[in-house]
Amino acid sequence: MSILEISNLSLSFGGVKALQDVSFRVPENTITTIIGPNGAGKTSLFNCISGFYKPQQGNIRYQGQPLPGSIKPPRRAALGLARTFQNIALFRGMTVLDNIKLGAHVHMKSGLLSALAYFGPARREETAVRQEVEERIIDFLEIDHIRRQPVASLPYGLQKRVELARALAMKPQVLMLDEPVAGMNREEKEDMARFILDIREEWGITVLMVEHDMGMVMDISDHIAVLNFGQVITEGVPADVQNNPEVIKAYLGNSDIDSLRRKLNPEGEVA
Amino acid sequence: MRIGDAKQSYEADEAIWTSSTQKLWLGFFLLILMVFPFAVDSYLLYLGCLVGIAVISTTGLNILTGFTGLISLGQAGFMGVGAYTVAWLSINTGLPFPITLVLAGLMAAAVGILVGLPSLRVKGLYLAIATLAASVFLHFIFAEWEPVTGGMGGLSLEPAHLFGLTFQSDFMMYFIIVPLAVLMVLAARNVFRTRIGRAFIAIRDRDISAEILGINLLRYKLMSFALSSFYAGVAGGLFAYFYRVVTPESFPLSMSIFYLAAVIVGGMGNLLGGILGAAFMTLVPEALKLLTAALTPFYPNAPVFMSPMLEIIFGGLIVGFLIFEPHGLAEIWHRIRRFFRLWPFRN
Amino acid sequence: MDWLFFGEISLAGLAMGGLYALIALGFVIIYKATRVINFAIGEIMMFAAYLFLAFAGGMELSPWIALPLAVIGGSILGGVIEKTMIRPMLGESPISVVMVTIGIGSILVGLVEFIWTADPQLLPSFLPREPVFIGPLYLAPKIAYGFLIGSALLIIYLLYFRFSRGGVALRATASDQAAAYSMGINVRRVFNMAWVFGSLAASLAGVLVAATGGLSPQFGIIGLSVLVVVIVGGLDSILGALVAGVFIGWLETVAGAYLGGEYRMPATFLVLAVILVIRPYGLFGTHEIERV
Repeated sequence: MSILEISNLSLSFGGVKALQDVSFRVPENTITTIIGPNGAGKTSLFNCISGFYKPQQGNIRYQGQPLPGSIKPPRRAALGLARTFQNIALFRGMTVLDNIKLGAHVHMKSGLLSALAYFGPARREETAVRQEVEERIIDFLEIDHIRRQPVASLPYGLQKRVELARALAMKPQVLMLDEPVAGMNREEKEDMARFILDIREEWGITVLMVEHDMGMVMDISDHIAVLNFGQVITEGVPADVQNNPEVIKAYLGNSDIDSLRRKLNPEGEVA
Repeated sequence: MRIGDAKQSYEADEAIWTSSTQKLWLGFFLLILMVFPFAVDSYLLYLGCLVGIAVISTTGLNILTGFTGLISLGQAGFMGVGAYTVAWLSINTGLPFPITLVLAGLMAAAVGILVGLPSLRVKGLYLAIATLAASVFLHFIFAEWEPVTGGMGGLSLEPAHLFGLTFQSDFMMYFIIVPLAVLMVLAARNVFRTRIGRAFIAIRDRDISAEILGINLLRYKLMSFALSSFYAGVAGGLFAYFYRVVTPESFPLSMSIFYLAAVIVGGMGNLLGGILGAAFMTLVPEALKLLTAALTPFYPNAPVFMSPMLEIIFGGLIVGFLIFEPHGLAEIWHRIRRFFRLWPFRN
Repeated sequence: MDWLFFGEISLAGLAMGGLYALIALGFVIIYKATRVINFAIGEIMMFAAYLFLAFAGGMELSPWIALPLAVIGGSILGGVIEKTMIRPMLGESPISVVMVTIGIGSILVGLVEFIWTADPQLLPSFLPREPVFIGPLYLAPKIAYGFLIGSALLIIYLLYFRFSRGGVALRATASDQAAAYSMGINVRRVFNMAWVFGSLAASLAGVLVAATGGLSPQFGIIGLSVLVVVIVGGLDSILGALVAGVFIGWLETVAGAYLGGEYRMPATFLVLAVILVIRPYGLFGTHEIERV
């Protein structure tokens, strides 16, 4: 069954058509990946699902319910749609710990008065969240050594990991990852791939990912949708997508198909 | 020198003061605040009260501008709302000061929410200008709504009172102002240990991402406005009790800029910075006055140059801190502390 | 209703509005090129007006020599401010940069009080004194000639930015800094020139306004009216500066004449508040698309 269903989504900015009649589905408890050349509309699609962009046409169904434009981003976050960002969007003025705790915001309730006194509900809730974040997320992602550091001072790979931690603190049903391994070295990529697989298998979270690293995509995805010029070219399991001539054309134009086939083939450059 | 601070529970690790050294210093500081009024002359006492009021208002503005990233040119206006509320209530109802001060804060908070409403649509400097418009309107209301505000002549009020006790002297006022300032700074510190404080900072750092992560921008921006102007309202109320006269000219636009300057000089987004900035900016003019008085016997013209010097120093501090020390006095303070933490073993 | 009176007030207001448009143009030039909101523009005007006072009054130069000298002085001041205090703030948050300009304003007020004392001053009159009639409507000569001189500079500016090399460089920088830089435009120089040209417009307007209404260290308050103008017109719109300048000048004068001086500011700020709510980016400003 599909946890997320995108049907006939269209989005344009002035004359630029970012998405045209995009339809695909994200089966529950899978790792689904959207691939496509730069500017194909992948991030725009994430923004539509997050509720930040309002598509002019089409609709999104989440857990069988429609997600109309009237459901604003914060509500969507509370419903279990969490994400990371292509250009890391951590809060520079906070420590790693506070960044992660911020993810739990939608699941917390304490109000202003109790916060001012830091007594009763606010205190209990903060301590509980701290414990949960420490024991479930910080340990899992192996970032306990940096919890007190301001995020701005961290290397890129760790920042990406903190962002993942923050998204996990949102207790998502669907975790959207926008280029989770972009700019990482081989070891960092391998760690990240392992985390993503664990998140699906142990936490039972559906992962929807945008990624350019074909090795990793072909390796860990259960389901792939290919986007080009705002349109879905094809979707299916990795093996099918890999050999689809349309996909190859989108990536390379009409020339050397064999070399691209090699490129799309994970062998030799496993993530 | 301090080494390590092992913790047994998450709750202990979430505390504000995590080591006994810190607690000791805190106790020492509170003791000084207690002894201060008994040990000093009336002038220093007067300054102590002024600093206390400034600390409350600066902390409020710091919540809004320093932590939430919403620049406001309306702080003096909100203080005015608090001051007029206290003046009107004490003239017309004779309520004791704890009630009037809370009502002053609430009234200012309500006005703050109203002023913050455009933040639904406008951001950054446009919002700053909306707050500027609000301060123009507030000044207009203070000056023109004569039946309530007394017009240009303003209102005079009786001293604060509670349980038959009258707080007429600066000495008595000190015991309202300073404990309240301590309490309100602590409360602000508490807010930044919770999800509400984190939401404020998230909005400042990246508002769009914050929204996608589940933070209702309008709600938290308004909450920040409300909290900030509550602080301003209480500070304004204390101002009213302290001077016992409130006029439209008590809260000019330059006062709003003064508080922004205090936040910047102290350190934006740092509560300690707000305290340092408030004290520093309040005391600089006083220091200049002393200097002028000392120079007058030698240069009879000195008093003439005091006011322009003050303007230049005021502007120079803003520009200088922003260019050379953008994290303000708080950063200087931390540097000193870092030095002594490892002292005498430096690397 | 006395239509003659209304006509005369409106005329004076429109002429004043022409000067507002000139100041707003200076403001918008600086904003477009450097994205700095210059809260010190009123103080730069004031400084130039005091320079005029020093040249024409103190040194007894002919006003027609003192005027260009004062305007050049104000422009140099703008250039120096940019180089010493604004450039180090490159890349800082807009809040910080705005506060720097507020600080600069305060420094300028202090300097002026230091040199010329805080007392109000009158500028030596240098504009023709024969009353001006437009049809049946009387217009104070100072305002009329001020308007003429101001409009002349305004038209020169508009032509310059449309057709000259420097104007193209400025517009290129305004629309895309990085692209302009990669095309060989000296962006730093453009920033500096924007401050110089912006301050030049403000300085001329400063002398003209001070010539009609007198001068004191509080003169910089006029910066608030200019702020209203540019927000209503749209911070980055030259057309907006012109239209809103004339309109706000008119509104302020009419409100002052009919309701009393204390209504001038609330009236214009009311317009500002309405604009902020219904068109947050001003009448002619561009709305930037937000990205994650």
